[in-house]
Amino acid sequence: MSALRESLSFLTSRLRQVGIFVALILIVILFQVLTDGILLQPQNVSNLVVQNSYILILAIGMVMVIIAGHIDLSVGSVAGFIGAVSGVMIVHWGWAWWIAIPACLLVGALVGAWQGYWIAYVGIPAFIVTLAGMLIFRGLTLITLKNQQITPFPEELRALGGGFLPDISGGTSVLEFLTVILGVGGTAAILFQAIKERRVRRKFNLENEPMAWFAVKTAFIALLMLIITFLLASYRGTPIVLVVLAALVILYSALMNNSVFGRHVYAIGGNLHAAELSGVKTKAVTFRLFVNMGVLAALAGLVFTARLNSAQPAGGTGFELDAIAAAFIGGAAVQGGIGTVAGAMIGGLIMGVLNNGMSILGLGTDYQQLIKGLVLLLAVGFDIFNKNRSGSGGGSTIGSRFKRKTSPPAGSESTTPVTGKPAGDSTEKAAASRNP
Amino acid sequence: MNTPILQMRGITKTFPGVKALQDVTLDVNRGEVHAICGENGAGKSTLMKVLSGVYPHNSFEGDILFENEPCNFSTINDSEKRGIVIIHQELALSPYLSIAENIYLGNEQATRGWVDWRKTNLEAAKLLARVGLSENPITPVQHISVGKQQLVEIAKALSKEVKLLILDEPTAALNDEDSGHLLDLILHLKGQGVTSIIISHKLNEIRKVADAVTIIRDGKTIETLRLDEGQITQERIIRGMVGRDLESLYPDRDPQIGEEVLRIEDWSVQHPQDHSRIVVHNASLNVRKGEVVGMAGLMGAGRTELAMSVFGRTYGRAISGKVYKYGKEINTSTVSEAISHGIAYATEDRKQYGLNLIEDIKRNISLAALRKLVKGGWVDGNEETIVANRYRTSMNIKAPTVAAITGKLSGGNQQKVVLSKWMFSDPDVLILDEPTRGIDVGAKFEIYTIIARLAAEGKAVIVISSELPELLGICDRIYTLSAGHVTGEVPIAEASQEKLMHYMTKEKE
Repeated sequence: MSALRESLSFLTSRLRQVGIFVALILIVILFQVLTDGILLQPQNVSNLVVQNSYILILAIGMVMVIIAGHIDLSVGSVAGFIGAVSGVMIVHWGWAWWIAIPACLLVGALVGAWQGYWIAYVGIPAFIVTLAGMLIFRGLTLITLKNQQITPFPEELRALGGGFLPDISGGTSVLEFLTVILGVGGTAAILFQAIKERRVRRKFNLENEPMAWFAVKTAFIALLMLIITFLLASYRGTPIVLVVLAALVILYSALMNNSVFGRHVYAIGGNLHAAELSGVKTKAVTFRLFVNMGVLAALAGLVFTARLNSAQPAGGTGFELDAIAAAFIGGAAVQGGIGTVAGAMIGGLIMGVLNNGMSILGLGTDYQQLIKGLVLLLAVGFDIFNKNRSGSGGGSTIGSRFKRKTSPPAGSESTTPVTGKPAGDSTEKAAASRNP
Repeated sequence: MNTPILQMRGITKTFPGVKALQDVTLDVNRGEVHAICGENGAGKSTLMKVLSGVYPHNSFEGDILFENEPCNFSTINDSEKRGIVIIHQELALSPYLSIAENIYLGNEQATRGWVDWRKTNLEAAKLLARVGLSENPITPVQHISVGKQQLVEIAKALSKEVKLLILDEPTAALNDEDSGHLLDLILHLKGQGVTSIIISHKLNEIRKVADAVTIIRDGKTIETLRLDEGQITQERIIRGMVGRDLESLYPDRDPQIGEEVLRIEDWSVQHPQDHSRIVVHNASLNVRKGEVVGMAGLMGAGRTELAMSVFGRTYGRAISGKVYKYGKEINTSTVSEAISHGIAYATEDRKQYGLNLIEDIKRNISLAALRKLVKGGWVDGNEETIVANRYRTSMNIKAPTVAAITGKLSGGNQQKVVLSKWMFSDPDVLILDEPTRGIDVGAKFEIYTIIARLAAEGKAVIVISSELPELLGICDRIYTLSAGHVTGEVPIAEASQEKLMHYMTKEKE
C-alpha cells in the first residue's frame, strides 16, 4: 500500500514526463479503435516510421536549439534547399551517392554556420535570422531547381527514404530475422542500461524512482519495443532510415547528457549570465548549435527527397512548424534550459500518429491542422498550469527572459536583501531598468 | 513653519525570515528637505516603499499620517493621488517615447479617449521650464543624458501635483555636474513649497540640501538630526550609521600570510553605456597567499564593477590597467582566461548571475570546471556525483541529494553551491561579492568558516561586503572605495567602523 502511495506521489511529481507518454499511448489506442485496427497494421507502422523520420531528425536539432533558448524557423526551407542541391549533384552532375551525401551535409553545415554567425556573433535574435533564412533558402531552392522538380534519383539514394535492411532469411521466414535480432538485442540493451543506471543511482544515494514505477515503466518500454519489432518484422523488416534515426537518438541523447557541449547548452538556456560567468563560451556554443542544426536539416532534406524520389520546389514547406511543435509537446520549455531528445521524439510521434490516423479516417488537412494546433496548445498550456500550481516556476517566463537581458548590477541596495521577496518585484525591476 | 506633513509611527515590515523594519518612526515637516541615511540594506528603500504603497497597507504594521490624515495605500496610484510621488533609483522611463509622452504616461492629456498632443506638449514644456530643462518635449528620452532623464522624472512628479517628493539615491547614477544641478533643483522646489525626502549617503550632498537627517540602521530609527539645532555634522552621521556592536560571531583565525598572489594596477573602467562616467579610477590593490582582503564601499563605489571587469571583462568598457599574478602580468580578458589563471568570482546576485536555478546541485557545481570530469571525451557522471557529494558534506549543503534542484534551496545553501562550484575550479584567488547577502545568521557563520578555511588552505580571498562588522570580523586588511577611487587601505589592527566609514564617504580631492 505504501509502495503504491509512493509511486503515486512520484507520478504527480513527474506529471509532465509521464503525461506525455500516456498521451501518446491513448492517442494510439484511440486511432487504433477509430480506424478499425488499420493504424497498427504492419505496413502502416512501417509507413508511420518512414513518413515521420525527417520530422524526427529535425526535432532532434530543434530541441537542442530550443534548450539553448533559441528557435530555428528555417529548417524546412533548408531541407528543401538541400533536396534541390542533391538533385543537381546526383541527377544533373551524375555524382555518386557516397560523394553527394557528405557534400550535401557539408552544404547544410555551411548554411548553419551562416545563420549561427549572425545569431551568435552579431547578436541578432534567432527568430529574425532564421525567419530571414526561411525566405532566403526557399528562394535558393527555387533558383536551384529553376522552378522544376528534379527526378528520378538512383536506387541507392532512394533506399535512404524507403529502403529496408536486407532480409537475411531470403524471404522465407514469416518474421524477418535481422529485424528480430536488432529488436530483441535493442530491448535487452535498454533493459540492461536501465538496471545499471538504477544501481549507480542507488550507489551514489541519489533520489531513485520507486521500484514499482521503475518496474512497470521498464517492462512497458521493453514490451513496446518488442511489439514494434514484431510488427516491422512481419512486414518488410527494418527501414534503413529507422536505423539512422535510432543511431542519431542514441548519439544525441548521450551528447546532451554527457558531453561538455551538451552541458553547456543546458547551462546557457538555464541562465545565460551564470553560464558566461562560469567560463562557458556562449557564442561558440550557440554557433556550433546552429551548424549542427544545419547538418541535421540537410539530412532530413536528403531523406525526404529520397522518399519522394524527386527534389521539389516546395519540398520541406512547413517542416519547421512540425519540428518545433514536436519539441514543445515533448516538454521543452519556451524560456530554454529544459527539454530532452527523447521527449522531442515522443512529441514528434504524437504529431505523426495524429497525422497518419486522421489521414486513414479521411479527414482533410483542414481538420488535421485544427487538431494538431489544439494539441500543441493543450500540451504547453498543461505545462504552464502544472508549473504555476507547483509554484516552482520561478516567476513569469517573460519576466525571467527580460531579466537576463538587463545590464550587470551596480551593487544595489534596491535588490532587497531578503530571500523571499515577492515575485512581482523582479519584473518591476526589469521594466524599470533601461538601456539608454 | 514647523508643521508636520508626514508622520510615520511604529512601522514594522517583515519578510519571510527577516525583519526589514522594526518600529520605525519618521517625522517630516512641511517644506523641508529631509534626508534619510543608512548603510546598504539598512531599510531605507523598504521604508519608502511602505510609504508610497509599493507594499500595500496590510502588509506591514504601524500608522502613516499624511497632512494629519491616515493613509491606507494599496498601490502607488493611491499615494500619488494624495501627492506623494517616489522616484526610484532606477529610472522608470520608456526610452523610445518622447519626453512629453513619458511625463504623461498613465495620465494622458486626453479628451474622450483621444490624446490631445498640443496640450500634452505645451504642458510638458511648462513643466520642463520648471525643472530647468531646455529640451524639446518631443525628443525621445533615449537621446538625452541620464542626468536630464532624472529631471524628466521630476517633471513627471510635478505633473501629478506633488506635495511630497521622494528621491531614492537620485545622484547614484549621475556625474558631479548633473548631481549639482539636481540638488539645486531640489532646493528650488523647496522654495515653491514642495517637501522632499532624499535617500542618500553622500554626506556632502546632505550637508548641501538637508534641513533634517533621519538615520536608519538595521531596520530601526536611530535618531533625527536637525540643521537648525546644529546637529548635522559628518561625525554625528557616521556614528549613527555604524554604531553597531560586533554582535555576530566570527571564527577564530591564525592568518599565515605568504607571498603576493594577485596585484591589480591602475585599473580604470568606464560605464558600459554612459561613457562620461568613469566607474573605477586608477584602482590598485593586491592580495597575498592565505590573506583575506576586504573591499568596503557604499552603493556606487565601484566594488562589483572593479571585480567583474577584472574577471573576464564582464562589466564595463574601455578597461585599462594591468593584472599580475605572482609578479607576472596575466591576461584576464575572457572568463575562461581568468578561470585558467586561477581566479574565481562568486557574484553578489546568485539568482541572476550565479546559478542555473532550474538545474540540479551537481551540474551547478561542475559547470565552471566541467573539463576536469571528462574521461575519453565524455563527462563522467559518476565522478561528477562523487565530487558533488564531497562538497555537499564538506560545505554542509542541506539538500536531500545532489540531484536536488538548486532553485528550491534556501539562500544559504544556494550560496554554498556557488562556493562549491568555484572551489571545484581550484582557484588561487577567490573574489566573493557579498557572500552573505540574503542569508540568515546561522548560515552566515558557516560561510565565514568556509572563508577562513580557504585562507588557511593558502588561497587568496577578496571579500566585497556592505556589512562593516563582517569585514572587521573576517579580514586581515581592508580597502575602502568611494566613487570609483581606492580611498584607503587599512590593516585590521587599525580598522574600526568609524574609520572605514570615514574613508568610504571621503570625497575625492
